[in-house]
Amino acid sequence: MSAAAAPKLEFSQGDRVHVKDMTPPNHHRTPWYIKGRRGVVLEFIGMYVNSETRAHGDSGMPELPMYRVEFEQTHLWFDYAESPSDKLWIDLYEHWLERAE
Amino acid sequence: MSEDKDRGGFFDTGWRPSGDVHRDEDGRPHDHPGVREDVGLGVRASRALAMHELLVEKGVIGEGEVDEMTEAVNKRVPSNGATLVAKAWSDPEFRTKLLEHPKETVIESGFVPEHNADIIVLENTPEVQHMVVCTLCSCYPTQLLGPPPDWYKSFSYRSRAVTEPRAVMSEFGLELDEETEVRVVDSNSELRFLVIPRRPDGTDGWSEGQLATLVNRNSMIGVAAATEPGTD
Repeated sequence: MSAAAAPKLEFSQGDRVHVKDMTPPNHHRTPWYIKGRRGVVLEFIGMYVNSETRAHGDSGMPELPMYRVEFEQTHLWFDYAESPSDKLWIDLYEHWLERAE
Repeated sequence: MSEDKDRGGFFDTGWRPSGDVHRDEDGRPHDHPGVREDVGLGVRASRALAMHELLVEKGVIGEGEVDEMTEAVNKRVPSNGATLVAKAWSDPEFRTKLLEHPKETVIESGFVPEHNADIIVLENTPEVQHMVVCTLCSCYPTQLLGPPPDWYKSFSYRSRAVTEPRAVMSEFGLELDEETEVRVVDSNSELRFLVIPRRPDGTDGWSEGQLATLVNRNSMIGVAAATEPGTD
């Protein structure tokens, strides 16, 4: 994470978001099970090197905003049989998120 | 220099660094019956040895660099994380600092994050149980917990941790109340997570050193509880 000046952020704490349901041909670190799912932004966690371009020999710059997003386990797995209060946390780049109603 | 000095280094293959391999005048390694180092030098070990010699010869790496790296890797053990947890249990000011400024606090405590990765510290309470997984690979805070255990890297753990975390914890001996919220944390970015388990009852007045003995590795991944006093 860099200590650069505060970036312009698309999302803030409490925003409801969808994870884009896309499968770009390049390396990416958004697992399939949250694609297309709805979550809530917990916090902006900082600016991070773009692992999607760095994986292909690029410098990974510029750094991109990353958010910690919370999902209801019962929204991720239709047959989730444990507790309805259970959550999943994952960190996602801004370009994977879109605003949900 | 002792014959045994370099044993157990690079990849633990038993090979010895440049210059220590016995060779005939024509350059072939010669037999040394009874000398462990020359036994079982397989294809990979030979290749690693040759690579090492070349890299040193060409000045790409220094003579002792691989040994230094090996030594650094060997210092990555779960007792590093246990020290931090025990201190956080004992010292409220340190606990707050560790939770709010984890990377700085870890570095101040003398641990160097690998790949300069950020560290996040999560605290388990009666209300919330954090459990860490890397569904995509095996991201893990190795400088605090040592190399990840095989089960952490298994397909089984990586899929079941997200689909049935309580069942997995139960297999590690941890039965949670339904009211306790489970937060599975999928470690997919440039961050590593360390979990502070709940401090076991009956440990009032224990020193940090005593407490650290209760902080097992699995409890710092969040799949198990800290060891109960008197049960290790």
